[in-house]
Amino acid sequence: MTERVEICLSGSGGQGIILAGIILADAVIREGKSVVQSQSYGPEARGGASRAEVIIGGDELDYPKINSPDILLAMSQEASDKYLKRLRQGGMGILDSTYVGLPSESGVKVFHLPISSMAITRLGREMMANMVALGALVRITGIVGRESIEEAVRARVPLGSLDMNLSALDMGRELAIKFSSQ
Amino acid sequence: MASVMQMARLMQGNEAVAEAAIAAGVNFYAGYPITPSTEIAEFMARKLPLTGGVFIQMEDEISSMAAIIGASLTGAKAITATSGPGFSLMQENIGYAVMAEVPCVIINVMRLGPSTGMPTAPGQGDVMQARWGTHGDHPVIALCPSSVTESYELTVRAVNLAERFRTPVILLLDEVVAHLRERIILPAQEDIKLINRVKPAGNDSSYLPYRPIDNGIPPMSDIGGGYRHNVTGLVHDERGIPSNDPGVAGALISRLMTKVADYTGEIYMSDGYLLEDAEIAVVAYGAVARSARRAVKEARQDQIAAGLWRPVSLWPFPGKEIEELSRRVRCIIVAEMNSGQMAGEVERHAGGRCPVVSLAKVNGELIAPGEIHRRIREVYTGA
Amino acid sequence: MPDVIKEYFRPGSLPHMWCPGCGTGIVLQSFLRAIHHLGYRRDDVAVVGGIGCSARAVSYIDFNTVHTTHGRALAFATGIKLAKPDLQVFVIMGDGDAAAIGGNHLIHSARRNIDLNVLVINNSVYGMTGGQCSPLTPTGSRTATSPYGSLERQLNIVNLVAAAGGTFVARSTAYHAKLTGELIEQGVANKGFSFIEVISQCPTGFGRKNGPSDPAAMLQWQKDKAVMAEKYGKLPEEEAKGKFPIGVLFRDEAPDYTDIYLGMSSRAGRGKESGGKDND
Repeated sequence: MTERVEICLSGSGGQGIILAGIILADAVIREGKSVVQSQSYGPEARGGASRAEVIIGGDELDYPKINSPDILLAMSQEASDKYLKRLRQGGMGILDSTYVGLPSESGVKVFHLPISSMAITRLGREMMANMVALGALVRITGIVGRESIEEAVRARVPLGSLDMNLSALDMGRELAIKFSSQ
Repeated sequence: MASVMQMARLMQGNEAVAEAAIAAGVNFYAGYPITPSTEIAEFMARKLPLTGGVFIQMEDEISSMAAIIGASLTGAKAITATSGPGFSLMQENIGYAVMAEVPCVIINVMRLGPSTGMPTAPGQGDVMQARWGTHGDHPVIALCPSSVTESYELTVRAVNLAERFRTPVILLLDEVVAHLRERIILPAQEDIKLINRVKPAGNDSSYLPYRPIDNGIPPMSDIGGGYRHNVTGLVHDERGIPSNDPGVAGALISRLMTKVADYTGEIYMSDGYLLEDAEIAVVAYGAVARSARRAVKEARQDQIAAGLWRPVSLWPFPGKEIEELSRRVRCIIVAEMNSGQMAGEVERHAGGRCPVVSLAKVNGELIAPGEIHRRIREVYTGA
Repeated sequence: MPDVIKEYFRPGSLPHMWCPGCGTGIVLQSFLRAIHHLGYRRDDVAVVGGIGCSARAVSYIDFNTVHTTHGRALAFATGIKLAKPDLQVFVIMGDGDAAAIGGNHLIHSARRNIDLNVLVINNSVYGMTGGQCSPLTPTGSRTATSPYGSLERQLNIVNLVAAAGGTFVARSTAYHAKLTGELIEQGVANKGFSFIEVISQCPTGFGRKNGPSDPAAMLQWQKDKAVMAEKYGKLPEEEAKGKFPIGVLFRDEAPDYTDIYLGMSSRAGRGKESGGKDND
């Protein structure tokens, strides 16, 4: 039994938050660890707020929802305002600087990255922001290996847009490397 | 195709139910779309035509239930899936399946009710509807999983129990379990034990469609299988012919009850966690059992001897275990996403030997571990 | 003529539960003669009934019979037919059964054009519960629940079925026993949803309150008012008043749902699963 890690992915409807959550969970399974993934569901899923939860490790029949996340991805100001304060002390927040201002939160480590703007400028497709975010998150946190996340992407996105999704993943990774070296 | 090693997969609860149904030999699905169960219908719509099975989207839940009964009468293994409002509509025909002894499985993904309620929010308010929803006295088998893996296992079991006992079996998921994605390792098909209904021996001239063999359950002949007979929801004799004879009625209803009641040992399912030395027992099922498990763990860190008892077969209810528990714990807390439906049942079996506290919550949210933990502490310090 | 009672009634079924003068027995006899003439093996025939006086017929006859819940016979029959398409499936319902509580299933079974052969015995009332008005009760009729005359308009059930997509729609009466049998055979020949309304008499629940109450007079009324469809279409408006057409009223060509399902299933099975990956 591995130690329980709680990850909250949040943003607005249409940003592909749920798919990012599913892909992340899929990657975890490829590394032989247990995982629970869930999402906010229903009218919320169209427009408005969107949230996916991924919990790694813990025992089989543990509480399937997040108490206080260890890792937060926020891709909208609303999501950041709502969830950043719930981060566990010492937790990590990855914020999309395209939409989220630099917060004054203390006690957590914040990564303020131009996720959506990179998807727009480099790929011409804001839809790919979720993959950029995933690439950055995986690199920063190291919760799954690069191969696992790529395999999960291959298994879960349509063939026609696979290459673009993989490039977006790489871009996120680069973004994280660049940020860390600053 | 036998694969040597089954891969771990990420799968949603509803998807696991549908996968399991196919593995259990289900070849007929009729249903009507309703949140939060639709993934099951969508999966079956994709899969069943590939294997020569039938998927049909009916005009409502009443006809869905009717269609699976019709299909089962021809020998098919038939299921439907729905949620609260649809489950209410199915009740009359569920009673028909009980009376006419037609195997079938109804999956009810519980959302917050009453009425349209909160379609995307979890609830456990259908526990008593599953037990008493259709009119008249009748046996009920209802199973309640807490995880994706268990959703798979219990779906196979539900199909098997329906075939074994010639009665409708209800699978009660809550929205949390139905929509969770978890790691699951599917069993190899050849490792899944399937039960098929007992059929009459060929050319048995003494066969009567409702004459039980020694286990109280009559062998079942398919429509078109050579044993023409009448099927009816009216009280009927062993030939299936309607009867107004009180003797026939009494014997029939009594047999319908005992054919399940005599085998509860086979049906009961439950599990315990840290119960051996527990002074306070939490009773919870479905997704709430997972919150309770976490709460029990946390209470143990506070040096409170708490334990969890989780019924998996809600009906028939393994009340004997509560009876036993009530003799050795100081208090039982029943946590559930309804107004205390199972708390009453637990209280009945506890028989006053220990207090039963109801932690009932109906607001469309899964009860959090902290809420249960707090109640454990309150009971512990107050007890 | 075969003795259909001896041949097709289950031993011990008699006496039946219908009142003296009821039309259901006559219609049932037409049904049994048609089946006999068609020469089906009894094991290959399923007869499904709802709840009511007419639906009770299914329990008496020696086929695979299913006496279902009120209004739902078509839905049970849909399950039976789809699960075992080789069966010849007949459905017998009353007017309350088919038009009120089962109205939705009637519309959608017709829409699917599923290969079911449906007989609605229309006696204008709910007979078994004591003669209450149904959607097919003529407006103004006195019944147990319309003591001052029924207010509601009468449903034209044959038009409904035709509009919904049924491909064989016909009407007969209890009096026209031979025609009923012929229509049943024609309906069976139609691979799709075949629907026959048979206007029948309920001396107990309808006749006594509205007259005539004598069964023979009620049959005479059927004889007088029913006109073969071809002839009815040519009647001047004045003469057509108060009369109704019988015979085949509507025909259409459309694929049977069972066939198109099996076709889709075999194509899908050959082509394996299309569709994407499960990324919701």
